[in-house]
Amino acid sequence: MSNEAALHHSVDVSTSHDTHGDGHMHHHHETFITKYVFSQDHKMIAKQFLITGMVWAVLGGLMSVLFRLQLGYPDSHFYWLEDILGKWWVKDGQITPEAYYALVTTHGTVLVFFVLTAGLSGTFANFLIPLQIGARDMASPFMNMLSYWFFFAASCVMLSSMFVETGPFSGGWTAYPPLSALGSASPGSKTGMDLWIVAMALFVVSSLLGGLNYIATILNMRTKGMSMTRLPLTIWALFFTAVLGVLSFPVLLSGFILLIFDRNFGTSFYLSDIFINGVGALPNEGGSAILFQHLFWFLGHPEVYIILLPAMGMVSEILSVNSRKPIFGYMAMIGSLFAIAILAFLVWAHHMFVTGLNPFLGSVFVLLTLLIAVPSAIKVFNWLTTLWRGNIRFTPAMMFAIGFVSLFISGGLTGIWLGNSALDIHLHDTYFVIAHFHIVMGVASMFGMFAGIYHWYPKMYGKHLNNTLGFIHFWITIAGAYLIFWPMHYEGLAGMPRRYYDYSNWESFKQFIDLNRFISTVAMIVFATQLLFLFNFFYSIFKGRKVTSRNPWQSNTLEWTTPIHPGHGNWVGEIPEVYRWPYDYGKDGVDFIPQTTPVGEEESHH
Amino acid sequence: MSDNLIMSQYQNTPSGGRIHPHKFTLWVAIGSICMMFAAFTSAYIVKRNQSKWLDIDLPIAFWYSTIAIIISSITIHLAFKSFKAREMVRYRTLITITAILGIVFCVLQFIGFSELKNHGIQIFGQGSNPAASFLGVIVGFHVLHVLAGVAAILFIFIKAYSSKLKNYSIVPIEMISTFWHFVDLLWIYLFIFFMWVR
Ligand code: HEM
Ligand SMILES: [Cu+2]
Repeated sequence: MSNEAALHHSVDVSTSHDTHGDGHMHHHHETFITKYVFSQDHKMIAKQFLITGMVWAVLGGLMSVLFRLQLGYPDSHFYWLEDILGKWWVKDGQITPEAYYALVTTHGTVLVFFVLTAGLSGTFANFLIPLQIGARDMASPFMNMLSYWFFFAASCVMLSSMFVETGPFSGGWTAYPPLSALGSASPGSKTGMDLWIVAMALFVVSSLLGGLNYIATILNMRTKGMSMTRLPLTIWALFFTAVLGVLSFPVLLSGFILLIFDRNFGTSFYLSDIFINGVGALPNEGGSAILFQHLFWFLGHPEVYIILLPAMGMVSEILSVNSRKPIFGYMAMIGSLFAIAILAFLVWAHHMFVTGLNPFLGSVFVLLTLLIAVPSAIKVFNWLTTLWRGNIRFTPAMMFAIGFVSLFISGGLTGIWLGNSALDIHLHDTYFVIAHFHIVMGVASMFGMFAGIYHWYPKMYGKHLNNTLGFIHFWITIAGAYLIFWPMHYEGLAGMPRRYYDYSNWESFKQFIDLNRFISTVAMIVFATQLLFLFNFFYSIFKGRKVTSRNPWQSNTLEWTTPIHPGHGNWVGEIPEVYRWPYDYGKDGVDFIPQTTPVGEEESHH
Repeated sequence: MSDNLIMSQYQNTPSGGRIHPHKFTLWVAIGSICMMFAAFTSAYIVKRNQSKWLDIDLPIAFWYSTIAIIISSITIHLAFKSFKAREMVRYRTLITITAILGIVFCVLQFIGFSELKNHGIQIFGQGSNPAASFLGVIVGFHVLHVLAGVAAILFIFIKAYSSKLKNYSIVPIEMISTFWHFVDLLWIYLFIFFMWVR
């Protein structure tokens, strides 16, 4: 869409809004139910996503503490755990093997999909898109509400799978067949897997409803003057995130549908005449488990960028605001987001280098995979140059944003190792991969999310978070993240495979007993620190320092022109018009110039 | 509530080149559905190149269903035109015919599968060949989309009768017709695909 067209467009939309604007604010007779439960206000929906995401983060984190307990202290007995969790999970004071695999699987699924996809994009796309583009709400607030409730339903089903007799699914978050397709393959492959699939199908529907809405809103509902090239980078990032989701989640759904047929209706899409211990040869003929891997990773790789891009967008915004400098290379930032979004669809087979993939095809995927380093490097360069000689304000949000950049660099570099198919023969399915993706995706996106929460909390609740607690949270988390995941690179290089219950049986991995204990201990400390953050979050909602100015960070973007406690509809009266890009910091000696300030006569061009 | 308040404003906006956000959303959703079927058909291709693939002749009923769905596309187009011209009687007849043709299409697909069964081709269950199962899943999911279109028509019908306020917004019927044409084209693609690639 040309800017011209976009401009006309939004003129139309916003005027139609505004004729209505004042009346709109009066129509509200909201009950508790419509305000807090079945709300159609994007800001409330954002908070619902955030808090549900936080619940999942705690549960998922707790799971990792439990399985790290097994890995770090394989010989110890924790009888008190047995009293809390019951016999299925803990026997004789030790995590059972079934429970271990169930925990690893659920941890992965929950963190990737429920926390870092729904909790991250769900929260910030909902909260920031209307506020930063100048819209009263999403294109379809009703669909938006549905999106949350589908997520909620998915959450309930996933949670219920923790309580079934045969345990939750335990075949890994990637749900490869035959473990996922065959009920008799393992205890977790029975009811647990049925519930897992239902939960994930609901989750896909939720993501699609959300994504459709985000795209339609960004393209159609911008206020007057808000051309695409005046959008904050957060919005660009959320836009590409939504596009990736809308194009890749249906593919996952197709994969799941075929899986359901294999599980329940005797088809042979993924199952073949393999031999199962205790069952004998399967009657199925001609199925291919690799087919599922293709379908899964066609989503799976874009998915990792669905997780990362919102963090990148928020970090760009926060770095610029707190460096009091324009973001370096605005167009290059958009271009690299675009390049990443395209490439994300072309590299899925790098997860399958050792599945018997044709080596020639493999080398094509090596090339495409390594190409991602180019836009990634551009982004890193631009973040660093934005910081360079900035007048930096070290707020907790800024610390987390800088932490994100550090983690993204560290984890991106190991991606380049893995992207070479020859090296991957050695590294595949070792702790090196675990280290890679936790640093570059898991912790980095978590940092992006924390940065976003610390930065936009005043807008969400009209209160400030406690800074001291914020700094403690930051330093322990970043130190802990490196202490946990850095050593895993060494374990992986030594060939230590992932997804094993007990490594102390191997002569070659005995050397890591102490290291594993160290990692587990740090993991527990970091987990406890997150509780500190939760305390800060909930305490500050009620008792935090009140926000007294509309624009506490002296930021240029539109959300800070709304009242401190914006109602449904965001702006009282007309939606402001936009005259400039969002990054006029320190221009012509002026500290900041909000987007709503008309361009002066003698102002220089950027 | 507020959704309707805001949305009622859009519905008065002239359609000269500007797209209603809901219509836009529909187009993105169509893109999304395309990806789903692209995934199905590429999985089909990948699988076909592996062992034990069954070569299936498409049943005759699929030809009739193709004709039915093409006619239904024409009728919904005419219905949309009558709606725009405010010829409500004609519109109601045509949209009813469309819905019926949609159901006829689904029935014919079903008959097609019974035909296959009579030829000893098992779609699902033990001993089924992935070629037949793929046909079943893909055609089945397409049928679900046709049924969704029929449900949408029923929905605007019930709404039109139950509300006292006469709503002359063309957006819903326009969206349904877009979706209907899309589902029609999707079937034609699938039909040709199944004939060509086996
Ligand atoms: C220069 C950039 C990157 C390259 C070249 C790269 C390459 C790779 C390769 C080749 C693997 C497969 C390793 C194996 O299983 O043997 C892998 C795994 C993974 N990568 Fe990356 N990566 C990059 C950046 C990222 C980013 C930015 C994210 C997320 C935001 C990410 C998330 C993941 C995840 C989640 C896995 C593991 C999935 C699993 O097996 O459970 N990677 N990466
Ligand atoms: Cu990947």
